[in-house]
Amino acid sequence: MKFGIQINEGPYQHQASDTAYQFTKAALENGHKVYRVFFYHDAVNNATRLAVPPQDDRNITKNWQALAKEYNLDMVVCIAAAQRRGLLDENEAKRQGKDASNIAEGFRISGLGQLIEAGIQSDRLVVFGD
Amino acid sequence: MLLHTVNKSFERNSLDACLRLAKAGSTVLLIEDGVYAAVQGTCLEGKLKQAMDTGINLCVLAPDLLARGFATDKVIAGINAVDYAGFVQLAADHSSVQSWL
Repeated sequence: MKFGIQINEGPYQHQASDTAYQFTKAALENGHKVYRVFFYHDAVNNATRLAVPPQDDRNITKNWQALAKEYNLDMVVCIAAAQRRGLLDENEAKRQGKDASNIAEGFRISGLGQLIEAGIQSDRLVVFGD
Repeated sequence: MLLHTVNKSFERNSLDACLRLAKAGSTVLLIEDGVYAAVQGTCLEGKLKQAMDTGINLCVLAPDLLARGFATDKVIAGINAVDYAGFVQLAADHSSVQSWL
């Protein structure tokens, strides 16, 4: 079965990102496909490469990256939500005249159309939020 | 039939709204802070039992229950405890998933 995953809440603030990660991992480990993980609203903060959580805490961004690498996951960050919150890839940083970018490897920035497409292409769209 | 996920027990009215609208044969999975509703002896016990009597299947996400200090033997009789793989299976077994956020 093909799953689409939507996350609406930020990491460490709400359990949604953790639940979504565990669900995605379990789906992949049990032979299902995950068409896309879409990071919306505060969930875009999952994609920063500048977060340094305490060493004895989970590193949510790294967990996603490892999962993406192992299963070739498509992880998309909503561009409008990202720009409001200061999440930029290199192209956007250049375009906006900013001196740095902060998107972690494995994530890509794109539009809301990617969420709609994930909803169409997946057998189930599962939403995690507050 | 739908799979409903509810992640609150006492805050807001999402559990109430979900139980009111869920149809017989559908499944309500309690996750995150929603797992408190599955524990025996709270003011929600009667409501959940009533839902089960009308043919709604109730499940609870065991890792979230354990993370909050409740063993699965503290759960109201009739509610099935599942792990994340079980959550995935429930999502696959139902025609779509409604998250009550």
